[in-house]
Amino acid sequence: MNKIFEFPLYAYQRSPDQDAASSVRHKVIVIGAGPVGLATAIDLAQQGVQVVVLDDNDKVSFGSRAICFSQRSLEIADRLGMGRKMVEKGVLWDAGKVFFDNRQVYEFHLQPDTGYGNPAFINLQQYYVEKALVERVRELQTGGAPIEIRGQNKVEAIGTHDDHVKLEVETPEGPYNVEADWLIACDGANSPSRRMLGLDFEGRVFEDNFLIADVVMQADFPSERWFWFDPPFNRGQSALLHKQPDNVWRIDLQLGKDINPEHEKQPENVIPRLKAMLGEDVKFELEWVSIYTFQCRRMERFRHGRVLFAGDSAHQVSPFGARGANSGIQDADNLCWKLKLVIDGEAPEFLLDSYNRERVEAADKNISASTQSTEFITPKSDMSRLLRDAVLDLSEHYEFARPLVNSGRLSTPCAYTASSLSSADALNGPEVTRPGSACPDAPLGDDFLLPKLAGKFTLLTIDADAPDSIEEGGVQATRLALSVKDDLSLELKRRYLGNATGAVYLIRPDQHVAARRDTFEENAFRKAIRRATGKE
Amino acid sequence: MTNLILSPNLENADGFYADLVAAHDGLVKADSDALNARLVLVLANHIGNASVLSSALKAATLKDT
Repeated sequence: MNKIFEFPLYAYQRSPDQDAASSVRHKVIVIGAGPVGLATAIDLAQQGVQVVVLDDNDKVSFGSRAICFSQRSLEIADRLGMGRKMVEKGVLWDAGKVFFDNRQVYEFHLQPDTGYGNPAFINLQQYYVEKALVERVRELQTGGAPIEIRGQNKVEAIGTHDDHVKLEVETPEGPYNVEADWLIACDGANSPSRRMLGLDFEGRVFEDNFLIADVVMQADFPSERWFWFDPPFNRGQSALLHKQPDNVWRIDLQLGKDINPEHEKQPENVIPRLKAMLGEDVKFELEWVSIYTFQCRRMERFRHGRVLFAGDSAHQVSPFGARGANSGIQDADNLCWKLKLVIDGEAPEFLLDSYNRERVEAADKNISASTQSTEFITPKSDMSRLLRDAVLDLSEHYEFARPLVNSGRLSTPCAYTASSLSSADALNGPEVTRPGSACPDAPLGDDFLLPKLAGKFTLLTIDADAPDSIEEGGVQATRLALSVKDDLSLELKRRYLGNATGAVYLIRPDQHVAARRDTFEENAFRKAIRRATGKE
Repeated sequence: MTNLILSPNLENADGFYADLVAAHDGLVKADSDALNARLVLVLANHIGNASVLSSALKAATLKDT
């Protein structure tokens, strides 16, 4: 059976740049056509920023790789014009079971409250996400958007200058030089860009090996996340089972330290492990097998002059918690509107330093959560294991111990609590919508709130007055006037007003709250726009 | 603000101590260790208060005053 990751999706084509007398200068070059690079390019192109994506390959990524996409990623994908496609193809899940030894100790449900346009999580193979992103690029190209993907274009050297970067690019027809005002490196955990620029990537290395096997099987397991601690079929280690579309199941087995990865990867060694887990009689076919170890680390800074790092090239976490691709997509979401304003001369370059600060805060939270999950899943000392097992034993009997069970704390959007772009909170309102937070969705009759906040500064008023728009220093905020009466389920009130009777929110183009007050005060909101665009 | 109590506070000090030791009667070392770990977690949950727990962790190291 041919898989989509075996076909070139953006085959090499000669570019006029390769025949130009001198290096052609582009606005933005993105290195890497993975989920983060493509999301970045689409976001920029949708805002009219000219962008070229260079990738050393010409296909979607090999194997399923990232499979869990969070609600926040789907909300961003909606803004990028492909969220619906992901949800339609993906497997919806909102429950999980935790097993210890030979018994179930605990069962959980994600996000019991309702009133969101997107599910809490979907499972979808990374190659489908990349395919949907490439299709969106083609759609934008058909509509005349300034976006291009160049396959088999491998960046061999990066020269950095005060106001641009120069790249040496290798192709099947030989090398060429090209320039960009801005370079965004989305070339993964082993980022050649990072290496070429001699930049650090510090953090903690974990020695445990894990086997990923994606198998195709007809099985009647529910679409839940099942996690085993110390199961009979993988003694002393962990195991995970999770459903993907097309009857593909993700199986993740901890193998421990000091193993021979090449040996363990062979089907004759993988298949007996899977049979021990699934049962001798279950028929399955291996789609993809990989052995990985992981690290929790990040670059000290994500911005180096005209070069910006996003996704795994900037930060890496363990896979427990779905914090890799999801946080990379949020990097893109944070960066693109800022870069657009800077390119248009509407904001100072300082705004891009806030990309660094906000996404470093997010990376640190992800690294911390993921390191804690890792300690619980793979205890580093005898006492750590003893306490872990005590938690699991107690969780079977007592509810209090269940929140301590950590098989991967699932990705949630980062609230930028320390951001210089946020104004002081001036509303006695709910915690979830404090300045810096990602706006939670809310129902509006048959519709939802978030699609109405997409891609521009918005002055959201709920039972409060304000002008239809205000412009401050070239940046316009347009009013969206709502009332608690627009949502009979009262989620809008619960998430945005709390005990307040009315509120005015300034929302950034990435749907994060910049400021909020109980009433519109012109000076305060003008100042909030200046702050949110790095001018104060 | 709740403080960690480090003055005598057990209703029946000798009785509790005897019960604690008796709970380990007949257990092998691994099972005893597991019992202690579960007990710590049960008590910690009952206390709940983060600053009391943090003070208790410090007190148990015997490195405080």
